[in-house]
Amino acid sequence: MADKLRAQQQLEALQARFIGIGSADTTKHEWTSNMQRDSLSSFIGHPPILQYMSIGLGQPREKTRVQLLERMIQPVGPPPKVSGLFDVFCGSFANDVVAR
Amino acid sequence: MTSFSTMSLYALTVKQPSATQDAITGDFMGNQKQQILTANGTRLSIFEVSRRQKGFQEIYSQDVFGIIRRIAKFRLAGGNKDLIVITTDSGRLVTYEYENDPQQFKTVHYETFGKSGIRRVVPGEYLAVDPKGRAIMIASTEKNKLVYILTRSGQTDIAISSPLEAHKPQTLVYCLIGLDVGYDNPMFAALELDYSAAEADPSGEAVGELQKELVYYELDLGLNHIVRKWSEPVDRTAHTLFRVPGGQNSPSGVLCCGEDNITYHRIFNTKSQMHRLAIPRREGATEDPNRKRIIVTGTLYTLKGGDFFYLLQTDDGDVFKLTVAHDNNGTVEKIKIKYFDTLPIANSICILRAGFVYLACESGDRTVYELESLGEETDDPVFESTQFPVDPLAAYAPPFFKPRDLSNLTAVETLPSLNPIMGMEVANPALEDAPQIYTINGTGGRSTFGTTRNALEVLDLIESPLPANAIGVWTTKMNVEDTEDQIIVLSMNTSTFILKIGEDVEQAQAHGFFEESSTLGVQQFGEDCIIQIHPRGIRHIRGLEFPPESAQGNDPKTMNWDAPPHRTIVACAANNRQVAIALSSGQILYFECDSDGSLAMAEDDDITLDSTINSIAIPEVPEGSVRANFMAVGCSDQTVRIYNLAPDVEGNILRSISVQGLSSPPSDLTINYMRDKSPRGYSQFLHIGLRSGVYIRSVLDEMTGEIGDTRRRFLGPDAITFARVTAAGEPAVVAMTSRPWLAYTHPRTAALQLTPLNYIPFKSAWNFDGSAFKGIICVNANELRIFTFNDLLDNTTYEPIPLKYTPRKFVSYSDQGVFYVIESEHNTIGADIRQTLIDQAEPEKEAPPEENRDTDGDETMTNGHTNGLAHGDELDPRTFGYPKAQGQWASCIQIVDPITEKKVIQTLELKDNKSAVSIALAYFESRGENDMYLCVGVAKDLQFTPYQYTAASIQLYRVSLDGRQLEFMHETEVSEPPLALLPFKGKLIAGIGADLALYDCGMRSLLRKAMQTNAVSTRIVGLKTQGSRIIVSDQAQSVTYVVHKDQVHPNRLIPFADDTIARHTTCTEMLDYETTVGGDKFGNIWIVRCPTKVSEASDESPDGLNLTQDKAYLAGAPNRLDSVAHYFTNDIPTSLQRTNLISGGERVIFWSGIQGTLGALIPFQSRRQHKMFQQLESQLRNDDKPLSGRDHLAYRSYYVPVKSVIDGDLVERFLVLNRDKREGIVGQLQGNWTSEMVDEAIWNMRGLYAF
Repeated sequence: MADKLRAQQQLEALQARFIGIGSADTTKHEWTSNMQRDSLSSFIGHPPILQYMSIGLGQPREKTRVQLLERMIQPVGPPPKVSGLFDVFCGSFANDVVAR
Repeated sequence: MTSFSTMSLYALTVKQPSATQDAITGDFMGNQKQQILTANGTRLSIFEVSRRQKGFQEIYSQDVFGIIRRIAKFRLAGGNKDLIVITTDSGRLVTYEYENDPQQFKTVHYETFGKSGIRRVVPGEYLAVDPKGRAIMIASTEKNKLVYILTRSGQTDIAISSPLEAHKPQTLVYCLIGLDVGYDNPMFAALELDYSAAEADPSGEAVGELQKELVYYELDLGLNHIVRKWSEPVDRTAHTLFRVPGGQNSPSGVLCCGEDNITYHRIFNTKSQMHRLAIPRREGATEDPNRKRIIVTGTLYTLKGGDFFYLLQTDDGDVFKLTVAHDNNGTVEKIKIKYFDTLPIANSICILRAGFVYLACESGDRTVYELESLGEETDDPVFESTQFPVDPLAAYAPPFFKPRDLSNLTAVETLPSLNPIMGMEVANPALEDAPQIYTINGTGGRSTFGTTRNALEVLDLIESPLPANAIGVWTTKMNVEDTEDQIIVLSMNTSTFILKIGEDVEQAQAHGFFEESSTLGVQQFGEDCIIQIHPRGIRHIRGLEFPPESAQGNDPKTMNWDAPPHRTIVACAANNRQVAIALSSGQILYFECDSDGSLAMAEDDDITLDSTINSIAIPEVPEGSVRANFMAVGCSDQTVRIYNLAPDVEGNILRSISVQGLSSPPSDLTINYMRDKSPRGYSQFLHIGLRSGVYIRSVLDEMTGEIGDTRRRFLGPDAITFARVTAAGEPAVVAMTSRPWLAYTHPRTAALQLTPLNYIPFKSAWNFDGSAFKGIICVNANELRIFTFNDLLDNTTYEPIPLKYTPRKFVSYSDQGVFYVIESEHNTIGADIRQTLIDQAEPEKEAPPEENRDTDGDETMTNGHTNGLAHGDELDPRTFGYPKAQGQWASCIQIVDPITEKKVIQTLELKDNKSAVSIALAYFESRGENDMYLCVGVAKDLQFTPYQYTAASIQLYRVSLDGRQLEFMHETEVSEPPLALLPFKGKLIAGIGADLALYDCGMRSLLRKAMQTNAVSTRIVGLKTQGSRIIVSDQAQSVTYVVHKDQVHPNRLIPFADDTIARHTTCTEMLDYETTVGGDKFGNIWIVRCPTKVSEASDESPDGLNLTQDKAYLAGAPNRLDSVAHYFTNDIPTSLQRTNLISGGERVIFWSGIQGTLGALIPFQSRRQHKMFQQLESQLRNDDKPLSGRDHLAYRSYYVPVKSVIDGDLVERFLVLNRDKREGIVGQLQGNWTSEMVDEAIWNMRGLYAF
């Protein structure tokens, strides 16, 4: 029992320290948001990728950087409406609809 | 058992990336001058701009083998030089000190703080330093911030504390700077946005209400902790901050820039203390007056008296000067902004105290400007903060200005840079000795079509015609004390001309030279004599003088030595004290200088050889000696013999010392001293040129006359002749064959190099040492030319041809030597609308000035300001860029002739908001093989994120026979933008979205012959073919091998193999029928190969029935490709080609990267060598750890473990290591390698395959 508690504590410590560790209760929204934010910050951080995108968009790198940062605020739309397992499904479904 | 990979490659960077990530000024050398530190790709370089040398000079550069993200400098009180701090992907904070002797970056601190890689929460994206150098703060895009305290311990050591944390979860950082607070506790300002409210709000309203905050962090040095001292909401669009100088009498605080907004914030300010400016907008017919600008970069410059100003650049490239008006207490009254000049959009602007401005442009050449004035004299409008409300959302009249040509700055020098390379092709349509590298570079109005050659750039000084064809040229002094050459001797076929160098060059009279014959050699001899060697003898001229400003000589005393009867002189060599001549009989006679300067023949001692003598060489008399010790003789029996000229132990001279056998008769020899890496700093080199065009360079031992350390290289098909010259102040040798080459010492690495000259071929050359300039004089038929070298650092030349818009793709028509380039510009008004707008503005000019800005509905059509531009012309897009408009495209097709006319021949603009996305040059079997057609894929109203378009088509143009004209044929609608086109078996194959379709040419449209829907999973972006096989590259899913079956009707296109890794392919090239090399958007180069059995099976049946029956494997093609090699380059490859780079060289994989890199992957030929390089690489990984603190193996395995590729850039670090370290590394290699052998092997990898 103590082991389980300890494992739980360790997990919590890790979750506090790193973003996106996740748990059994991670919703699809949380998970996809995390994915997107990781990707976006990677695009900002790798100079060649930022340059590649800026050339494609025909704008200065600073502008692209700010746009990508802005997208990090809410990359996949607002979170699902109510919490609970059932609503997680509904929420993600709603997201899909929105995405379409 | 060890298993070997079937392929092993040596990755070499031929041209370093030139995209600047960041550039700062500072005194890194500690010499009270300013240098510029730049981070390009993975390289850290220090540059110096000096007025004295009139230019820009690289002082030191080193690869850190890590992705550099930010650089900064700091100096602790009492320090005498700036130290460097960088953040990379290593998860470490590393600081350096630049040391001048030996040149190196010495690591000062090496602090690990997080995981390696570029991640969301690992700090490194932002780096800020306290202006007094007391603390460093690093931040990640989200959450994490760390502060390091720097303290001085002892006289020299700088101690760094363990990091203090200032994390705030769910908070994005937009910008981070160190505030100037004098000697108060260090403060940092960050632009932050806490998105936690939006995260918990399902209604989606909270997102709109999020506020951006300007947060001050104070580092309490006494308590040793960091506090979030103060925060205030700022404009939601704010994205960058600039520091305002603080301390005594200065205001301190920050400038916070957002969209159409520059606001001054005092530290802990109140609303009333804020001052806001709107960013002035351009006036002009084509400008949308409602478009808001942002600040993309800027710099603070502090003048001597404590005054300061900012140069801020907008996203149009306009630079504004911003000044802060404050009283003596540091209270800001207002801020003012004034148009300064328009410059290319930059990443960093560096102002140097010497009055230079260095601009690290986002695309194209980096430029150095000179500050003519500080913008006070120009009559551009000045806008003050009193004109604008503090709240950016309140109404205000937007400020306008008129862009104009440079008036405060003048461009001094440009640093040619290939960045960004959008496409590359190695070809030889010019039919030169070596192929040229053609690239499309740049963005917007600064786009170019470039031709890069491996050649040294020369500067033509004089070009003058001669009365007759000359075969030889010499210059000589008249007296041993002369510092400059006085006479030019020109040898024609049957006569000799003497020219006197003075104010003008004129023909000399009464000079004593023998004019009735050609000349073999001229030499200043002894004190004041000159000897002229001609086929019939030697003329000895004593005491030749010219009165000042005259070419009339003093009829000097001459003496003749005549060749023995029935013999002529065929070759000669001379220096100030020695002369050797070879007679047609195979006899060599040797003379020395007498005490009175006359010729004294060495009696009894002569050499008689059985074969004819082609050439003789004697080096210059070494300093402090009376004679040179050795003479080299090249004989037609394919040998070079070395004779001694200094008496040996028995007192004999002209004894044979050594003989060297050659592969072909030598055509010329020369011996000189050149700087090298030997402990003494220079060595004596024997250069041998063969009739076959092979050049051999050996070290000729000064004491023993032994020949050693030989290097060979084929230079050209003609016999080689030499001239000893001085290039950039160092001794060098010009080798003349079908084109001229220079053998010289690299100024930085002190390695001996051999590079062709970017010059016409010539037959004879000599060193020219004039009073006005120093250079090389050469003759080619009846032309006399003098040229000199700019610098010997760069062994490539670059010839740009300006293009109209950002080039996207290009295709060559090598038979005709022309290239077709498709260019497009996003968010830019098309050429036709631009012209309409300008034309509309024209008549209104005469009309009374009415304000019609508010009346016109369509924004892009508005031309609020009628006093636009003269002559209805648009602003030069090369300096001012194109007028922007959301969602619009400007696009064109251009024909470029880089060979004869060196310009754009034809431009075809695409109308209706269409943009060209792909290009192919194809012939159609159905239309005859002689007609070539240019196929251009076009998309209308294209938009990204989300990907949208309203129509797509393939346009067909008939190419005229000479390739210089395009005639529009027809346009075929397709369902999705065709991003890839390829000529295939006399038809055209196109990637239409995810579908692959085969087209033939009809009268009115293209006719579809075969189609495979969903050939790939995302979108086809590239096609390559060999035989019936097509390699289809997908935007996100690597490559798929497709086979075409034409025996069935309708034709089948069957995908049969794909890859296991999702690679975002950018470019591919087939290495052989089974193997493909490709590059992806994350900077990897990889090679995949189709298993033999699968490959054979794909071609077995004529109808492909067996393939269609195969079951899809894991929702992909039935088979998988094997991974052969993988390598992380950091730069995104844009083109790959299997080609040879030098004449007679083996083929390599040559690639270009978007940041301006040119690189080569060279296959290893021998197992022994491969093994050595493998060991060397792993030794260097440990013994010469990358400067960034990144593990080299992990760096090259950034996304996928590196496979079968050896990093040549790391291996070449061996060449610059010191002797002890090199010996230490070599000692651990297996297989009897010496340091010299390793050295040679490394040089050969570059020399024999690339440059």
